[in-house]
Amino acid sequence: MDRKQCCVKLSVQPSRGLMDEKFIVLVQNALPGSQLTIRALHQCEDGHSWEAFGHYTADTTGTINVSEDPSIGGTYSGVEQMGLLWSFRPIPGSKSGLRMRKKNIQTPMEVTISVYQGHQTEGFADLVPLSGVAVERWYMAPGVRRIPVTEGGLTAALFLPSGPGPFPGLLDLWGGGGQLVEYRAALLASHGFASMAIDYLTAKITMETGKMVDNQYFETAYRVLQQHPQVCGSKIAMIGLSFGTSITLKMAVYSEVIKLSAAVCISGSHVQPVDGSVEELLRFFQKNGEKTRFSEKNEVIWRDLLLPIPTDPSLKVNVGTTS
Amino acid sequence: MTQVVPPILSVTPSRALVDEKFKVLVENLPPGCPVTVRSLHNSEDKHDWEAYGHYVSDHSGVVSVSEDLSYGGTYTGKEPMGLLWSMRPVPGSRPGLRLRKMNVCTPMLVTISVHSGHEGFRDQAPLASVLTERWYMAPGIQRITINEQGVQGTLFIPPGPGPFPGLLDMWGGGGGLLEYRAALLASHGYVSLALDYLGFDQESENLELKYFETAFNIIKDHPQVMSDRVGIFGLSLGSLVAVTLAAYSTIIKPCCIVCISSNHYYPAQGSTIASRFEGVTRQLYKARVNEDNQVIWKDVGLEFITDPSNIAEVGRINCPTLLVNGCDDQNWPTVETAEDVARLMREAGKEHLLSRLAYPDTGHLIEPPFSPHFRATTFVIHSSKEKVLLLWGGKTKPHSDAQEDSWRKILSFLQFHLYCGPCLKAKI
Repeated sequence: MDRKQCCVKLSVQPSRGLMDEKFIVLVQNALPGSQLTIRALHQCEDGHSWEAFGHYTADTTGTINVSEDPSIGGTYSGVEQMGLLWSFRPIPGSKSGLRMRKKNIQTPMEVTISVYQGHQTEGFADLVPLSGVAVERWYMAPGVRRIPVTEGGLTAALFLPSGPGPFPGLLDLWGGGGQLVEYRAALLASHGFASMAIDYLTAKITMETGKMVDNQYFETAYRVLQQHPQVCGSKIAMIGLSFGTSITLKMAVYSEVIKLSAAVCISGSHVQPVDGSVEELLRFFQKNGEKTRFSEKNEVIWRDLLLPIPTDPSLKVNVGTTS
Repeated sequence: MTQVVPPILSVTPSRALVDEKFKVLVENLPPGCPVTVRSLHNSEDKHDWEAYGHYVSDHSGVVSVSEDLSYGGTYTGKEPMGLLWSMRPVPGSRPGLRLRKMNVCTPMLVTISVHSGHEGFRDQAPLASVLTERWYMAPGIQRITINEQGVQGTLFIPPGPGPFPGLLDMWGGGGGLLEYRAALLASHGYVSLALDYLGFDQESENLELKYFETAFNIIKDHPQVMSDRVGIFGLSLGSLVAVTLAAYSTIIKPCCIVCISSNHYYPAQGSTIASRFEGVTRQLYKARVNEDNQVIWKDVGLEFITDPSNIAEVGRINCPTLLVNGCDDQNWPTVETAEDVARLMREAGKEHLLSRLAYPDTGHLIEPPFSPHFRATTFVIHSSKEKVLLLWGGKTKPHSDAQEDSWRKILSFLQFHLYCGPCLKAKI
């Protein structure tokens, strides 16, 4: 047995972490100066495989510390402690247009991290690694509870942190893709916020009646959260991404019921018919559909749909009046 | 009624191996606020264990258990892991309890909470609490029941292609199959076999070492094990097994051995380890019992080992040997044993193979780091099923320091000899 091959030791600490926690990937006992590839592999719930890898050179003690040493090639380069996760891409040969989103957040994302001889770029499936470890990445901290919410016709999930509370509350909205997307709310609950993820485009009530939800749907969600015995009713915030921003700003400024302590708006705009319903907002965006552009790879660009920013005040949320 | 937002309590990482440290932080308190940080664990046998420290928040309303001083409780001073190692049964519990995880596939769940005030902190509900998981098994480890060639135990295999060095892991005279240390060693990259060796009938007395040699070979011959890198790890009676295998076996050659709470008592050949141990227990009526009704075996042991014909010929050991002992061991004269082993190995020109660690105020049960300290616990004598309260010794703080320090040194010793060391070519 080749001595150099059996001695390489790979460790990832912590081996079980939350999705937003950093880890330290360490290779020890390699031949000083040897070229090695560190690779992460993940198979997601829909069966597709994702990989990320970096090219390293072991130092004079035969060590590589991903937090301190530069990758000189691969899916990321430079000193990137978490590059093995954020630079994930589908393995060669995968279908195009894939997105990785965890649906079942009660189980961890399992990632295998391995180290290979040399600077490899492909054909990993045919190579035997020198060493490999399994790592778990969790959206839910221990003790966080998931409670499905259906009262008032809601399609939502409430995540409560462990402990007696009361906790500040959070309404969590994703964008135009719809569905009940829970992972961010689970992670926020792991940080002490009672977070309710809400499906407002493909809610059960919409699927059954064919009608989009109205403004009261969000106010109902707010009330359910506010009245929960473990939620601090006077400290509720809203977080929205993309179309969720449109809803968040609308609620923050115009709702008589919803009184937010804070609003977080990710990748969204305030351009919308003032105090329109969800349906009216969607129709407004669709109306501007001819402004859609395409990249040379035939990728759809919707950036211009809301441009230029209108001067007509009835077409944008008056964020100046938000408190 | 305006609700007050409670303090923010965090434990990072929230899921960790049992030998990894965590940071416990309380934020959003009023400045200069007296609080108690407490840990609570409900064990598999349904007893409650707790630890707590009294703190005062700083000007920004923060208490950091890793950085601040505890002014009282089950530990004092700057003790990042005091909430674990100083755990003891809650008031009102039965005496003589011991905390040992039997199911290693699930984590040990500990609730960390913060309470208002110092005295009487338990009278009110906690201000905040979080749950943390402490694991013996890293993700991806395979756990395999072994029941072959008469050997019974559990094998743990690290994730990855291997091949890996191997370890035969044995506990002491309490018998049974304890898997947790083997699982933890596998989490550090060793194929580890937790061996059950007192639990059932073995073969005839002429084959005294055969059972252990067979177990050793099961590891050695495993396709994912480096056959010339298999060591032995034993505590108490397990360390006697390690020493006798290293000294006498003509079948197996361990790459290195680790002996916690060393034992080299090996009277006349021709009997099994189990019967030898039984011989010791039959003499225990001579053992001293202190005013707390705790049985002290140490002096009886000292008497046994003063007769040179009762001692294993440790000068025959040919592999690196690490002895880890507590100077306050009340169960067996382990420090005297280590001295004697050193003398015998020196006389045989083998002193260069020996490393010794001896810790002050440390008892017999030197467990993985951050495990609670057990000064005296109920022990069931394997052959007679008699229950006694055995004094193991040690004072909690120094014993816990010894656990932490020795584990690091043990892992370093194993890494050096089993991962980096020169390949031994076994000549059989």
